[in-house]
Amino acid sequence: MEVWERYESLVDDRDAFRAAARRPLPTIVRVNPIKTTPARARAALESDGYAVTTRNWNEYCIEVDTDTPGRTWPYQHGWVHGQEEISQLPATLFSFSPGDVVVDLAAAPGGKATQIAGLLGTEGTVIANDVNLGRLTALRSNADRLGVSNAIVTNRDGRQFSLKRFDVDAVDHVLVDAPCSGEGTIRKGGPQSAADQQMIGGLVPVQEALLRRAIAMTRPGGTVVYSTCTFAPEENERVLDAVLADGGCSIVPIDPGLPGDPGITAWKEARYDPAVRRARRYYPHRHDTGGFFCAKLQVTE
Amino acid sequence: MSHDGSQYDRLPATSADREVDGRASRAEVIEYFANRFGMSPATFESVTFWEKGRGKVWAFHGEHSSPLTVEALGIHLLRTHGRHWKPTTDGMQCFGRAATENVIRLDRRCCQRFWRGEDQLLEATADPGYVIVANELGGRAEPLGVGLYLHGTLESVVPKGRRESIPD
Repeated sequence: MEVWERYESLVDDRDAFRAAARRPLPTIVRVNPIKTTPARARAALESDGYAVTTRNWNEYCIEVDTDTPGRTWPYQHGWVHGQEEISQLPATLFSFSPGDVVVDLAAAPGGKATQIAGLLGTEGTVIANDVNLGRLTALRSNADRLGVSNAIVTNRDGRQFSLKRFDVDAVDHVLVDAPCSGEGTIRKGGPQSAADQQMIGGLVPVQEALLRRAIAMTRPGGTVVYSTCTFAPEENERVLDAVLADGGCSIVPIDPGLPGDPGITAWKEARYDPAVRRARRYYPHRHDTGGFFCAKLQVTE
Repeated sequence: MSHDGSQYDRLPATSADREVDGRASRAEVIEYFANRFGMSPATFESVTFWEKGRGKVWAFHGEHSSPLTVEALGIHLLRTHGRHWKPTTDGMQCFGRAATENVIRLDRRCCQRFWRGEDQLLEATADPGYVIVANELGGRAEPLGVGLYLHGTLESVVPKGRRESIPD
């Protein structure tokens, strides 16, 4: 089944959804504040002959008129990182304080973890974890090029991630950018058809376990951002609904730079906690991005 | 005590505090960058230094109790194994702006050659040994990588995985 067929009841404009899903994504980079400023990065790209356009919602998010942003000097200097627009959103949902310790439980290849490192500044620490050692190599090379000096990289199964080795009993914030069916990556050559029940059935327990582990390791008052790049409510609202039922956390309202659509409370026969409306869904035709889902939870006990 | 290659160990503050033979001290690392590149010790004020792998020194912005067994801790800064210490490309991109000596500014064409991993004949004001190569970016000289300057030749020591052919 085509992606847009499975979700046509959720979108206002099925034809626009389908047309956007078929268009390739523009080339977007994220400016790396560890090494430069948006103004200097733009100037460096422009003086090398590239046209750049800054996204209204985020001055670090810029479109560059090249198919190979990796073969530019600003990239080689670690001033910019190829990271699609919607993928730059979840890290901006946190409110960091000096000295915060933040875990990215499924961090590879590191776009969001290195973004968190930059947002934290050198007073904070990001623990960038991934279960897949091969993908960690990509994360490490990105972190090195971007000059990330405040990261600790670990290779553990995020579902059983332990803080035992570290000097903290709980962390301030956790990002769970969960492994998912990836329907939202259709514009960059990801799966071209909707996720099937077998695939979803295999992913949901992992997603729930990662989110539960994230909540358990976060101090009261700290926050957890859950995100996926899929439209499937089973991997999104249903996962949130399951952890809300455990107690100990709530979904907080967010005001992201890209508004998106609210989370849904009904899908087929399933009904979800009304609080999942505070999550955000992103369809390709809304903001000309990839597909995405995110929510911010606050840990209460 | 001997060296354990699977963990990060904090560098001793001075050589007097050294427990593992051959391990550099924090004071020696700071002195090296001050002597060779004129970097102020303040550059590394909020940085802790660690060793993982013999002679591989890492810089981490933050504090942590030692030892720590993880995949990576901060950024690989320096190799102290062997007679001549060698700063890393990523480390100098990160901290090299503080350098005032033994920095060679290259024009774009020479930067292209350097970044492809090619050696080049060059008259430069630099002491023999490792130098920081700077590229002009956004109107300023910005550290790009590390070269070995000997007898009028700038040898590129850009790691193979970082080499790239950048178009004009």
